Amino acid sequence: MQTLKMVVTGPFNAGKSEFIQSVSEIDVVSTERKISSEIERIKETTTVAMDFGRITVDNDMVLYLFGTPGQKRFDFMWEILSEGMLGFVVIIDSSRPETFREARKILETFRAYAPTPYVVAANKQDCEDAWEISDMRISLRLSPEIKLLECVATDKDSVKNVLLELLYSILAELENIKLEAVQ
Amino acid sequence: MAIKGNLHDFTLTQLLNLITMAQKSGTLVVERSNEAVEVFFTDGKLAYADTEQDDNSLAGILHKTQLLSPAQYQGIKSNVNGMSDKELGLLLINANYFSQQDIIQSLQTHFVDVVNRLFTWMEGFFRFESDIAPPDDKITVKVNLENLILEGSRQIKELEYLEDEIPTLDIGVKFVDRPGANVGNLSLTSEEWQVIPYIDPKNSLKKIALVTGMTDLEIRQVVYSLVQAGVVEMVRPEKPEGTPLQIQLADQLVQGDKEDGKSLLFRLIDRIKSL
Repeated sequence: MQTLKMVVTGPFNAGKSEFIQSVSEIDVVSTERKISSEIERIKETTTVAMDFGRITVDNDMVLYLFGTPGQKRFDFMWEILSEGMLGFVVIIDSSRPETFREARKILETFRAYAPTPYVVAANKQDCEDAWEISDMRISLRLSPEIKLLECVATDKDSVKNVLLELLYSILAELENIKLEAVQ
Repeated sequence: MAIKGNLHDFTLTQLLNLITMAQKSGTLVVERSNEAVEVFFTDGKLAYADTEQDDNSLAGILHKTQLLSPAQYQGIKSNVNGMSDKELGLLLINANYFSQQDIIQSLQTHFVDVVNRLFTWMEGFFRFESDIAPPDDKITVKVNLENLILEGSRQIKELEYLEDEIPTLDIGVKFVDRPGANVGNLSLTSEEWQVIPYIDPKNSLKKIALVTGMTDLEIRQVVYSLVQAGVVEMVRPEKPEGTPLQIQLADQLVQGDKEDGKSLLFRLIDRIKSL
C-alpha cells in the first residue's frame, strides 16, 4: 500500500479541521480538547495533537490529510508533520486580518521545512466580514504566481477545488523538474 | 466586503500599504476608548483627515500650523461663521493673505500629523469604508503614502526586532542557574520588577502579560532586557522523540521516475474529482 501525505496548516481557528472533515472518508481522527487559554477562547475546543483524514485513491494508494495543531505552543510538531509531505495547504480565516501575519509566518516556516508546492486557501469567504482575495494577497505579500483560492471549508466542492489546485501545482513542479533534467 | 479589525493585530503600516497598493478610495475610521480619527483616501493617496478632538476647520488648521495668529484665528472664527472651508480658502487667497500653495501645504502638514499620531496607537478598532469621500465643503490634498509608511515602519521596527528575538509569547522563562547570583542586588526598572514574581517555566509570557497588564511589546521589552542581562532564559517545549506517524512519501515524486510520479498524480486528481 502506497501512502501519500498532505498537510493542512494555518493559524488557530482558521478552519483546518473542517477542511479535512469535508473530504475525509473516515471520521477525522482528531484530538480536540477544551481550550485553556483565555486569549484563544474563540471556540470551545481546538486540535491539540492533529487532525487525520483519509482518502483512498485505489487498492494500493491512500492519501492522508494531516491538520496541524492550531495553537502556537504546539508548533514544535510542525516539522514532524511536514516530513515527507507531497504539498501543503495554508488555511486562512478571511474575516480575521489579525491572523494574516501569523499565517505568513506559518507559511514561511513550512516552506523552510520542505520546499514542496503549496496553495493558500482563503477560508470563510461566505462570511460577511471576509476580505477580498485581492486585498488578502497584498496583505499576505503573496506574489501573483502563488495560488490564493477562495474557500469555504465546510463545502466539499470548495475543498476539492483547493486540493485539485494543489495537485496541479505539484504536477507543474514535476514538469519543471523534468524540463530541468532535459536541459 | 468590510475591512475591519484592531490595530493591535493589523498595523496601520499594513493598512496604509494595502490602501496605496490597491489604490483604494474611501474612509478609514479608527477608534479607541475616547478618541476617533477619520482618514480619507482617494486612489490610494491621503486626501483628508480629521479627529474628534481638534478643530478641523481650515481656520483651525491654519492656526495650528502657525499661519494664523491666535488673534487672527479668533477674528476669522467670529466673523466668517458658517462659511465653508472652500469659501474661506478662496476668500483668503483672493484677499492675498495666503497663496493657494500656503493653504495646501498647511493642510498637508496637518493631515500627515494626524496619520503620524495614529502610528502611536497600538490598539484601536478600525474599519475601512470604500467610496466614502470627504465632506464636499472640505479642501482635499493628494499625499503619497510611501513616506508615511516608511515613518510608521521605523516606529514599529523595535517591535518587529523584538518579535524576531522572541517570536512567540507561548514560551516560558526561568531564572538562569548561576550560583551566588543575587537577584535582589539587581538594578531593575519597575516593569522588570513587576514581571520577576511570575518568572516560572510554567508561566507563558502571554500569561504574564495578561496578569501584569502589559502589551505584547512591553512584555517582550522586559523579557528581552532580562535575558540580555543574563537574569533569565527562555524555555521552549522539548521536541518529543520519534515521529508519531511515519508516512513514507512516494519516492518517485521527488527522486525517481517522473512519469510514474505523473501517473500517480493523475490517479490522485481523478480520485479527488470523484469525491
